Amino acid sequence: MKGLIRPVLVVFLALSVLTGIAYPLLVTLVARVAFPVQAAGSLLMRGGKPVGSTLIGQNFSDPKYFWGRPSATSPQPYNALNSGGSNLGPLNPALAEAVRARIEVLRAADPANAAPVPVDLVTASASGLDPHLSIAGARFQVARVARVRGLPADQVQRLVDRTAQPRQPGLPGEPTVNVLLLNLALDEAAMPQR
Amino acid sequence: MSAPSWILLVAYLVVLLLLSWPLGIFLQRVADGDLPRWLRPLQGLESLLYRAAGVDSSHGMAWRQYAVGLLAFNVLGLVVTYALQRTQALLPLNPQGMAAVSPDSAFNTAVAFVTNTDWQGYAGEGTMSYLTQMLALTVQNFFSAATGIVVVIALIRGFVARSAGSLGNFWVDVTRTTLYVLLPLSMLFAVVLVQQGTPQNLSPYAIVDTLDVTAWQQPKIGPDGQPLQDAAGKPVLEGMQTRQQILAMGPVASQEAIKMLGTNGGGFFNANSAHPYENPTPLANVLQMLAIFLIPAALVFMFGRMVGDRRQGLAVLAAMTVMFVLATSVVTVQEQQGNPLIASLGADQTASTLQSGGNMEGKEARFGIAASSLFAAVTTAASCGAVNAMHDSFTPLGGAVPLVLMQLGEVVFGGVGSGLYTMLIFAILAVFVAGLMIGRTPEYLGKKIEIHEMKMTSIAILVTPVLVLAGTAIAVLADAGKAGIANPGAHGFSEILYAFTSAGNNNGSAFAGLSANTPFYNALLALVMWFGRFGVIVPVLAIAGSLAAKKRIPVSAGTLPTHGALFVGLLIGTVLLVGLLNYVPALALGPVVEHFMLWHAK
Repeated sequence: MKGLIRPVLVVFLALSVLTGIAYPLLVTLVARVAFPVQAAGSLLMRGGKPVGSTLIGQNFSDPKYFWGRPSATSPQPYNALNSGGSNLGPLNPALAEAVRARIEVLRAADPANAAPVPVDLVTASASGLDPHLSIAGARFQVARVARVRGLPADQVQRLVDRTAQPRQPGLPGEPTVNVLLLNLALDEAAMPQR
Repeated sequence: MSAPSWILLVAYLVVLLLLSWPLGIFLQRVADGDLPRWLRPLQGLESLLYRAAGVDSSHGMAWRQYAVGLLAFNVLGLVVTYALQRTQALLPLNPQGMAAVSPDSAFNTAVAFVTNTDWQGYAGEGTMSYLTQMLALTVQNFFSAATGIVVVIALIRGFVARSAGSLGNFWVDVTRTTLYVLLPLSMLFAVVLVQQGTPQNLSPYAIVDTLDVTAWQQPKIGPDGQPLQDAAGKPVLEGMQTRQQILAMGPVASQEAIKMLGTNGGGFFNANSAHPYENPTPLANVLQMLAIFLIPAALVFMFGRMVGDRRQGLAVLAAMTVMFVLATSVVTVQEQQGNPLIASLGADQTASTLQSGGNMEGKEARFGIAASSLFAAVTTAASCGAVNAMHDSFTPLGGAVPLVLMQLGEVVFGGVGSGLYTMLIFAILAVFVAGLMIGRTPEYLGKKIEIHEMKMTSIAILVTPVLVLAGTAIAVLADAGKAGIANPGAHGFSEILYAFTSAGNNNGSAFAGLSANTPFYNALLALVMWFGRFGVIVPVLAIAGSLAAKKRIPVSAGTLPTHGALFVGLLIGTVLLVGLLNYVPALALGPVVEHFMLWHAK
């Protein structure tokens, strides 16, 4: 036993300093020099103030904006201090009820739209902070956003297409639109020309 | 399975093999102490450390000595990880002013990270200071990974040695594994992750002004700190609104890298690898999945080289790959099929060029079905336990696959080190069963398998099912256990079964609806994690010790070849038979019942 205490203490301490202090600090240093924007959380600045992050979704409920994935974070949706999903099982009546209610809200906001509702628009994301929506989910909302904003539908459609990231053959990824970037572009397009 | 799903799976396996093969060569050189020239500068640091620690690096240890050193190192890790969580409020690098973690949660978390389980009862962004994340959790990510790797190295040395008494030196093995393998790989991967978008800073959380107003209702809290209730006993709700969002920050990338490479799986944030900061892009996601399997696959190559017959490694690799591809295809098909109840409400679940479709509850849009299903199979085949989708919301059979992969004993690639040493235990069992059938003394890799080895093999194989099933039984009988259930019916039982399966096999993923951050679950799951880890490691080291002392016998006409298709089939059969049969009744009560209820709920 006597021969055990010194090695365990010294090896533990030395490797702890190396992996728990030196390593994260070195990565922090390299990150700040090489990729300062990403290292700081990919913040989006407008007029010198942060309005969000390209990676973190925001809650949208105003009909003039595109709505993102439903978020199950508590107490409020898109709470970045408490990420997580709904964890509702496939048979849980609460899941069917939530989906039914979301479809109802979408239908009420745009009664003329009879297209089937893309599934990701009515199901909660895993993180509760999903910045993306499927392209189908964005297209579904084009008519509503155009009507509420008094913009031509094809102009809104063009904004969606410009923001969209389709599937690239041979590369991983799904067809998505970044909802915050799309809504920022929408607000900028709606501003009077200077 | 759709074409993009197949392309993803095949490309993943090809890249994995291309990366793990050279790494396996490197691992073998590190294990044998034959370091490449470019690492020589670091060796000065290494010998300085041995001098300070009073370690004679040429001194080999008998298996008991090796096990005692390993246990002491891990117990110290437990104490330090617990202490740091309990005192974090007094320590630096705590810009959000996180309070001390409660005793039961801190104990559970300490055991979880020391045992490479990384079960998370807490939400990282609301619980842990940056110092705790770095000095407690990141450190244990390294140490528990190194522990797994040195055990498999010791076991392989047991096969290779001829009438020897030593398995190598634990301090040397753990230092070299950390210094030459885990640290450089993590450093590289962390920087790549930052490039993809994972934050790495020590700043306070960022406050941003959102575009739209968020309005919600929450229970009103009275002056006594309890939720107020109205005359009917219902909670009083108050309307709230905000135009701000607070973004959690921290040294995320450095922890994320070793979380994957060490098959740890403990997320910096609550949502783990589903969180867009932890796993920002589809490419980052593929790299994370590669990082999970990289070392487990490389260790199989290392094994073939160390025993001097690469075909032995390839046979094990083939068995793992077959089971993995089968499992992945089942999850993908089930998740792409979606949820019939949601389809009947008018939601469109069909895959197209505009959406991934399928069962999207609890999944991220950027990963869709293919990358979420593959990730679920990878993370539970390896004992990683990171998640990029919420397994609790998977379809019944889609969620059963992660459960089964864990129940097989985490041998399909498995955890770093632990996957291969458990698989080699199954190989010993397989040659024993075959030996009984053909009436020969079983032997594996030139070593006779005798009574002592079979006793230890039985313990190593049976300890986890006993822990898992006993733990599940206790929890479903106890009120404190049932109180944690989130979903009604058979799914609620699956949540508990999943929790104990994950703890006993040191995976760490969850059917996360279960409220497990209670003294009952924190204590019971901690015990299951601890004995699920060291209750296997100690018998494995005992086997290594007794094998090392034996002579190597030459291959004869009576030797069962352990590198052909026949052995691969035998090995898969043994894993499925032993690993799965223990759990069939429990699986029937959970996911199987739920599957029939879902598809026949008309």
